[in-house]
Amino acid sequence: MTYLPLTDRERVEMLARIGVPSTETLFQAVPEEVRYPELRLPAPLSEPEILAELRALGAQNVAVTDRACFLGAGACNHFVPSIVAHITSRSEFYTAYTPYQPEISQGTLQVIFEYQTMIARLTGMDVSNASHYDGATALAESLIMAQGVARGRRSRAVLAPSVNPVYREVARTYLQGTDVEIIDEGCGVTPQDWAAAVDDRTACLVVQTPDFYGRILDLRGIAEAVHARGALLIVLVDPISLGMLVPPGALGADIVIGDGQPLGIGLQYGGPYLGFFACRAEHVRRMSGRVVGQTVDVEGKRGFVMTLVTREQHIRREKATSNICTNQGLNVLAAAVYLSALGRSGLSQVANLCYQRAHYAASAIDALPGYSLDGDGLFFKEFVVHCPLPVQELNRRLLDEFDIIGGLDLSTVEAGRERDMLVCVTEMNPRAQIDRLVAALAEVAK
Amino acid sequence: MTEPIIYELSVSGRSAAHLPALDVPPSPLPPAHLLRRELDLPEVSEPDLMRHYVRLSQLNYSVDTGMYPLGSCTMKYNPKVNEDAARIPSLLNVHPLQPAETAQGNLALMYGLQQALAEIGGFAGSSLQPAAGAQGELTGILMIRAWHRARGDTRRQVILVPDSAHGTNPASTSMAGLRAVEIRSDDRGNVDLEALAPHLNDQLAGIMLTNPNTLGLFDEHVCEVCRLVHEAGGLVYGDGANLNALMGIVKPAQLGIDVMHFNLHKTFSTPHGGGGPGAGPVGAGERLVDYLPGPIAVRKEGREGDQARYTLRMPAHSIGRMKAHYGHFAVLVRAYTYMRMLGAEGLRASSEAAVLNANYLQALLRGVFPLPHDRTCMHEFVLEGRLADAPGIRALDIAKRLMDYGYHPPTNYFPLIVPEALMIEPTETESKQELDRFASALRSIAEEARREPELLHNAPISAPVRRLDEVRAARDLVLSWTRPTRPAED
Repeated sequence: MTYLPLTDRERVEMLARIGVPSTETLFQAVPEEVRYPELRLPAPLSEPEILAELRALGAQNVAVTDRACFLGAGACNHFVPSIVAHITSRSEFYTAYTPYQPEISQGTLQVIFEYQTMIARLTGMDVSNASHYDGATALAESLIMAQGVARGRRSRAVLAPSVNPVYREVARTYLQGTDVEIIDEGCGVTPQDWAAAVDDRTACLVVQTPDFYGRILDLRGIAEAVHARGALLIVLVDPISLGMLVPPGALGADIVIGDGQPLGIGLQYGGPYLGFFACRAEHVRRMSGRVVGQTVDVEGKRGFVMTLVTREQHIRREKATSNICTNQGLNVLAAAVYLSALGRSGLSQVANLCYQRAHYAASAIDALPGYSLDGDGLFFKEFVVHCPLPVQELNRRLLDEFDIIGGLDLSTVEAGRERDMLVCVTEMNPRAQIDRLVAALAEVAK
Repeated sequence: MTEPIIYELSVSGRSAAHLPALDVPPSPLPPAHLLRRELDLPEVSEPDLMRHYVRLSQLNYSVDTGMYPLGSCTMKYNPKVNEDAARIPSLLNVHPLQPAETAQGNLALMYGLQQALAEIGGFAGSSLQPAAGAQGELTGILMIRAWHRARGDTRRQVILVPDSAHGTNPASTSMAGLRAVEIRSDDRGNVDLEALAPHLNDQLAGIMLTNPNTLGLFDEHVCEVCRLVHEAGGLVYGDGANLNALMGIVKPAQLGIDVMHFNLHKTFSTPHGGGGPGAGPVGAGERLVDYLPGPIAVRKEGREGDQARYTLRMPAHSIGRMKAHYGHFAVLVRAYTYMRMLGAEGLRASSEAAVLNANYLQALLRGVFPLPHDRTCMHEFVLEGRLADAPGIRALDIAKRLMDYGYHPPTNYFPLIVPEALMIEPTETESKQELDRFASALRSIAEEARREPELLHNAPISAPVRRLDEVRAARDLVLSWTRPTRPAED
């Protein structure tokens, strides 16, 4: 099954025009001994056959659809309004490429401009780029940017130990060829401790709020302390939390990053997501990634173009701010539609639903014999529960007996935490589901 | 007429959100200093929102609008069944951190795609994790670096990059902490063996080869270059951007490539999405397979009918994670669907047709515009967008005028080694009739260039906007919408 329009007769005509006897002749530059290898691939399928195969594969999964899901840890089951898929399914959007030719790409360019505006407003920052691959790579790129701002004279980066551990791993992968030293252990437990670990060899401090464990951090005074050392404050946030919580820009952050997956993108078994990235205007030329700016055409009409391209790889080559040459275009569109659909009141409403239901769930679980809540109760939509039995076993029973996808077994990311579960509650978990979870947890602890 | 910015459509009090009411007793909110005071997002109704984005979509040119001969981007048709596949809820509504035994279908799909890509490339294994081609490049260079270091060889800091390479190649090398050294091409567009020779020493970490190269030519020295680099102790990175010419024609590993990325959004027909998301899986030969990023899907040896036959694992000497989770799964589903529908014969037929189409179009345009490397091309070719008898005309003018003929322009001003380059990649999904029409549009533009050059200088005239002031955009940066300080006068 192919998508080739050429008929045999047309091939003959085309070969005659080229002046060669056969298609094989066109490949004479390929060394003969390796030309036309056998490819051992499964036999081709028709359209109904492949769809049947994919559905059969799907049947081997446990999908969150119609189940109660309390798993988060960087990817959360949020509601995606119907309008998002209807707009992202417009093939004028999804079959276009990077807007290199602005005159016939104004749709994509204006979407990015609107997205940049909404991300800047949401985070309280001056400017946003057109996105990175995901929250983890946005973190890695923010560390590289902080190096650029420090002109390579500060080789340390302090990362709070409560930053998503997978993100910290990705940052290490990205920076393994550089001299940057990542410090994310032994630097204390409070924001004040981490700020104190910033010295004159440190380019930046990265904090996450709500942190990986769901706790809301009080960052008052942190930016001032970090700036006093000449370093940047980078804040990693959950965009949904910004429907309720003070934006990092108002707290003095220099760079704000995060994963836009909750903004209308869905779980998708881990990707593609969206790395949002915003910063202060003074650092915009050190920011990596595509940026769209407003301008006018020769008739004075408003239009949009990719701008600041002199930072980028196709101009600067080895001296570019990054090798990135795309953004997450279609997911940028999804996020723009999502934020517009929810708007001022809707995003606040989603944030409030998450917060209130999470607190309702946490209190009820904390009241169960054998279970206790970690921390002081200042959390957003995720919280850690100490459980009376290993989470791995508990989760297996929740799924098998109650059709519930439990929270993250923290031992998968941190040694020695076999009985700690990171629970995530969103607007997708109505009270009845939470009550069912609480009853199930009580039952399995008996 | 310009489409308003979404904020300009905003009316206080409107909303397109349809959310559940609070159904739990309220808990106290966090202290006031942790709460935000205002949230400046648009307030629009659902119909206003839908119309706004539909109107914006209509300002775009796309593959579904017409031929998109953008060289090196492989803008082939994106089959619609792929889109349906990527919306199957039982595949997509799965959380990435669920235990492996609850995601067996997805892991089987990933394993199948890993195996297929390794087979197509001739590699020992692959990782689906890299998010895009550029990230695949960084991955490959980090793997080469890690391999040398594991052997205690820290002197090798040089990555050779031909002057025809994509700008991402030197940028990826710098990000990996190695030094990019450019080497020139010879007059047939191949890597110049004389330019290569002085770099074959104990500083050499490897070379990045794009083959077919960005001139659209199969490098006649590729095997020799790989052999020389290997003899000098280096490794070979293959930029898979141009694999659409080679599926089932040759396995890159058999040419001597040690590690290569695949652009699923080019070769495997997943849509470009207005700039992403794509996917850049990486395949590696025996030497580098254990250095792949992960986790990757593995099949556990065991009895048929075992509950969890697939699991996730980090390769033994992995460079680490390149991103969170396992790759752009929804993109992988589309590529898997494409690969399964075409099979070995369909993939080979697609590459053959891509090369046939490009050579046919090259034959039609020979003599219309200068063809600096007049050889049998692969899936694309490069013209010079200039004419001796129309001195004021540049490639940019030709590109913009093509818009008035209803086409997306070719890639222009790349590769850098061809003056006024127009890089044309028709892809295999265009018909002979469409290629004929495109060629006659370019012939007609060449005539206009001689007789009425103003038509080209003023182009486009039929696009949603005329030529845009890019200098002003970079000088007076406006990167977000600002509310007018005074109400606009009606």
